Amino acid sequence: MLSLVPVAEKAENETTDTGTDPTTPARTGAGTGAGGDARAAVEAVWRIEAPRLIAGLTRLVRDLDLAEELAQDALVAALEQWPAEGVPRNPGAWLTTTAKRRAIDGIRRNERLAHRLRLLGHEQEIAQQLRSWEPEAADPKGIQDDLLRLVFTACHPVLGREARVALTLRLLGGLTTDEIARAFLVPEPTVAQRIVRAKRTIAAKRLPFEVPQGAELRERLASVLEVVYLVFNEGYSATAGEEWMRPALCEDALRLARVLTGLLPQEPEVHGLAALLELQASRSRARVDSAGAPVLLLDQDRSRWDGLLVRRGFAALARADERARARGERPGPYALQAAIAACHASAPTAQTTDWRAIARLYGALAASTGSPVVEVNRAVAVGMAEGPQAGLAVLDAVAGAPALRDYHLLPSVRGDLLARLGRADEARAEFERAAALTRNEAERALLRERVAGLGVRHPPGGTTMDA
Amino acid sequence: MRFMMLLRLDPATLPEAGPDEKLMTEMGELIADMTKAGVLVDTGGLRPLDESVRIRQTGGQQTVVDGPFAEAKEFIGGYCMLDVADQAEAKAWASRFLALHGPEWDIETEIRQVESPE
Repeated sequence: MLSLVPVAEKAENETTDTGTDPTTPARTGAGTGAGGDARAAVEAVWRIEAPRLIAGLTRLVRDLDLAEELAQDALVAALEQWPAEGVPRNPGAWLTTTAKRRAIDGIRRNERLAHRLRLLGHEQEIAQQLRSWEPEAADPKGIQDDLLRLVFTACHPVLGREARVALTLRLLGGLTTDEIARAFLVPEPTVAQRIVRAKRTIAAKRLPFEVPQGAELRERLASVLEVVYLVFNEGYSATAGEEWMRPALCEDALRLARVLTGLLPQEPEVHGLAALLELQASRSRARVDSAGAPVLLLDQDRSRWDGLLVRRGFAALARADERARARGERPGPYALQAAIAACHASAPTAQTTDWRAIARLYGALAASTGSPVVEVNRAVAVGMAEGPQAGLAVLDAVAGAPALRDYHLLPSVRGDLLARLGRADEARAEFERAAALTRNEAERALLRERVAGLGVRHPPGGTTMDA
Repeated sequence: MRFMMLLRLDPATLPEAGPDEKLMTEMGELIADMTKAGVLVDTGGLRPLDESVRIRQTGGQQTVVDGPFAEAKEFIGGYCMLDVADQAEAKAWASRFLALHGPEWDIETEIRQVESPE
């Protein structure tokens, strides 16, 4: 049976090599050969265990940076030992025990670690806690609580969006700085800097490592959900670069959303976000044609939508509604967006889409968020339900909003409604404007095509939020 | 990416008592862990092979065959659908699953990536 392993590995590597576009910033997977395979095995365990490990250590040493350093030490030890000795039966406990032992040794030998703990002002107490810590005996509830504290710390609103995103992917997504940099098409030192500064801010402001309660929870949760949503969106409609989508980021976000539903099962919007991402992700395969060009929602081959993700999305949406009802609350913004996505998902063909329901949901969303961007989307839905003139009326009512000044979807949608009204010259000017405003190459190509094809009637608005 | 983990068992070496309580508890814990980690899409054990039915088509002719299937040398006892970052991670979870089983178990898992044109 063992002889089968190298054969299988080889076949796998070959398909990966030929199947991957060399220009795609692919995630580092298993390398070739035994060394690379062993390393990949350690890294895989790391991805699984890192969040819990860092969360547990942060609670003990009360410093995120220090906790991460101790966790990294344990990873180095694993990389040294596991390839030769094999992955231990309980790798999480092994990593935690190793991190703990190194921390205690460090304190005993009065190294830099002891110095840093003195700076933090509670060296003795922490050393004592570390010694009495029994990772093997950790109860699941305690681990969940530690993870939640880590989530709320990484997504603390005092941190900038980019810092929150980088920190969350690194600490909770188990991504390396390099992976985050490649995903967001920025240089690695930039991401490294963001993380260092974020950790410094957390330390300097002495942010408590705890889960907010009551009214504060709601506010802080919004910040957490926003981070996950931003990560997904960057993967789903890349704001810059040549590719239309970066699927690895979508997968990271989806995973984070699923993790959150386990950590905060009573929060309706956590399920709402999960539902939204499952449903949007279900269309990934259909959103790009064989040449990599974007395919608009209404042009998509619905048989290529991922049924499993659709079902998961519907289930999450039902949970979101149920939790909201139990609290006597209206559906939140994520649940509403998920409900819109669900309208599309449940229409067997583009023609049978219930645009009136979608327009209503956008109306509710606009009321709860006050966002002019939502009104742009509502204009699309109204344009479909009641005709382009009605859509244009909704659009023109918000067109002057300062937030929409450089928003490329406004001229894009406007151009589409005008084209359907037969006002080709005005439509052309709007599409040109949208093409100049978008930072995504694939989308620009699509808009230029619309200019070239004016006179031909097209389904509208696929590049809106729910594409 | 999605992986299907198929659990293969050999009826000849299957512990007669089946999974004991400890194994069932630990399996439940691992499944909870996988769910919380956001990687478990679906999992289930399969009912005994004797209850299964096979439909075979050769030369355009279908034959329905009911159990028991005495000739089986191994059978699929369960499955687990994972949504993970790469094959290495699927292997890490699968290895954890196998490790729950004591030395009396002779068990193999086949890990197949689900086709996903991207």
